[in-house]
Amino acid sequence: MSQTTEPIGSVSPSETASAADGKPLLIVEDLHTSFRTTRGTVRAVDGVSFEVRAGTTLGIVGESGSGKTVLSRSVMGLLPVRDVVRSGTVIFDGRNVTEMSDAELRSVWGAELSMIFQDPMTALNPVKRIGRQITESLRLHLDMDKKEADRTAVELLRSVGIPSPEQRAKWYPFQLSGGMRQRVMIAIALACSPRLVMADEPTTGLDVTVQAQILDLLADLQRDRHMAVILVTHDLGVVANRADEIIVMYAGRIVERAPTAKLFNDTKMPYTQALMDSIPRLSDPSGARLTAIGGRPPDLINPPTGCRFAPRCVYAQDKCRESEPPLRTVGSADHTFACWYPLVDGVSTAPPSSTVAVDLTLSKATTDPSATTQTDTKPADGAPVAEEQS
Amino acid sequence: MSQATTGDTPTTDTTDDIVLDVQDLVVEFGTGRKRVQAVSGVTFQVRRGETLGLVGESGCGKSTSGTALVQVQPATSGSVAYKGQNLTKVSKSELRQLRTKIQMIFQDPISSLNPRRKIKDVVAEPLVIWGRGTKEERDAKVRSMLEAVGIDPDNAGDRRPREFSGGQCQRISIARALMADPDLLICDEPVSALDVSVQAQILNLLADLKAEFDLTVVFIAHDLAVVKNVSDRVAVMYLGKLVEVAGSDDLYREAAHPYTEALLASIPEPDPDHVSTHKPLTGELPSPLDPPSGCRFRTRCPYAQDRCAEEEPPLRDVAPGHQVACHFPVGPIGAARQAATTS
Repeated sequence: MSQTTEPIGSVSPSETASAADGKPLLIVEDLHTSFRTTRGTVRAVDGVSFEVRAGTTLGIVGESGSGKTVLSRSVMGLLPVRDVVRSGTVIFDGRNVTEMSDAELRSVWGAELSMIFQDPMTALNPVKRIGRQITESLRLHLDMDKKEADRTAVELLRSVGIPSPEQRAKWYPFQLSGGMRQRVMIAIALACSPRLVMADEPTTGLDVTVQAQILDLLADLQRDRHMAVILVTHDLGVVANRADEIIVMYAGRIVERAPTAKLFNDTKMPYTQALMDSIPRLSDPSGARLTAIGGRPPDLINPPTGCRFAPRCVYAQDKCRESEPPLRTVGSADHTFACWYPLVDGVSTAPPSSTVAVDLTLSKATTDPSATTQTDTKPADGAPVAEEQS
Repeated sequence: MSQATTGDTPTTDTTDDIVLDVQDLVVEFGTGRKRVQAVSGVTFQVRRGETLGLVGESGCGKSTSGTALVQVQPATSGSVAYKGQNLTKVSKSELRQLRTKIQMIFQDPISSLNPRRKIKDVVAEPLVIWGRGTKEERDAKVRSMLEAVGIDPDNAGDRRPREFSGGQCQRISIARALMADPDLLICDEPVSALDVSVQAQILNLLADLKAEFDLTVVFIAHDLAVVKNVSDRVAVMYLGKLVEVAGSDDLYREAAHPYTEALLASIPEPDPDHVSTHKPLTGELPSPLDPPSGCRFRTRCPYAQDRCAEEEPPLRDVAPGHQVACHFPVGPIGAARQAATTS
């Protein structure tokens, strides 16, 4: 349905060529973002570096509170000025986003760098017709006149699979279903043919059937327009078939990063494994006990010393609680992880003296249920949740 | 068990084992010409100790069915019988009494708790309303129930809902629902707002509590993988009607309705090598204001034929405990049926 239209504001040949030579489109280096709150400083993103090449998809996976949303907003330069401390660099296409003025940012947002937000109802303007919301950026960035912009908006709505787009362009967001609204969001984000789209949980809150449609649509449009996509999600299942590379985040840091197949087939970090195991699979018999991760992500005001995942890790050793593992590689250079005792073929390399280490390798049904609920009873001094602020 | 005993006496022939008996339930909204049928004749039964999963897309009527089970949303016609008592016919005071035995858990855990009240008061409320026990007895029960759902009562009791994460709020909602000693728990998308890691915790918790408190559960959700994990039987709903009912493992192994097949296909498998063999579903749910003629799924069905537009397929038995509403079932059941007709 989406391939029917030509990319609007089409990509020039020189740009496609520069993509082919494999220079990264986006380089994020040692990014830190903290929020000053009355309780202390929340280090939401704490030293994150990665690259995205043109036309590829990067998946960023983590639980609520892992800093993935703050990371995506930091990269976009979409953070409030007050009480935010940011350091590190974000280089987009050779330009440093972190040093841009508001005017420069405005010229980049939408035109080259755009974002699809999680909740389409609150991200769309409720009192503007959806057509207007699309033409806004077309007229601003591409200097289209009203007629041309209107025509383009209708074409965009058609390309994202909205039936009878001429009429729908005159509708208001509340008249559309959640899936349709997310399609409109995508149309707005893609209006000016950006080279990088940041999709922050684009399908959370949507039905699984609609989720599959939206993700397929995004993949089709990405192929047609040679866009890079950063797909932020809490569900490894969503990125398994879509991302070229995946970053797993925990407590503001990257804990594992690898090409998708490697991440799934040669998981190194116990946290990544635990995230995979917590997904209910159709192939498991009904009633199979899920392997939940006990507890929840740490308070980012006082993160634990040592490995931040250690308090919830079934393989944790004394060393894990004392010193923080650096991001490192074993074997291939494109697979990095932060763990003292990485998994090998799904089995921990932690010393065998540890009795709990057997837990994960046993069948799901035998995992002690009380262990998981018990840990959740005692969150770090019952402190309120470290909320992601934006 | 699941057999549609659409007999003339809907509720009288129930055995003791059937906790919930829903017969030809219809729920309509609006009046006059602007009438929307959200639920159009749904029949199912839930046995004691069973978990029935009710699965379908947004707008298929699954949540409306859930609220109609406790008569929060009155049924337009049909009956909902809880242990032989028809909730659509009993008096208001009787209904209030019966509702203590049927409790609901809602989708958004944070907004379903009063933000201005302390956790211990929120959880104690069902007992306060019914004037059960002394203050001390109520406090003791709140403590034990919070402990049962994995919340530390000493730490949490005096806090307010906003201080808790979504998963914790859902635990608190569950504790509240269990205070009045219900038999039947209706869970309306209890995990869809939660992270997968927290989702696993809550699903495990529900399984534990079900065993501990001897509960019967109706589990409403849109994700078939989640529903399959918790349910003994699954009923698939599409645009106000049931299209397939089967044991949850059977449903996965031999889905006979094209819609069930499509739902299975759209679940993202956490496996990069996984290639979906089914075609994903296209389009959206048609408007319930003007449902398609014949089979309601035909407008999105890849196998639809002329007959599907003319004649509505009834929900019929295709295997023991497996019912399908489709003229041309797919999968092993469909193949067997075809082989039978050609020979």
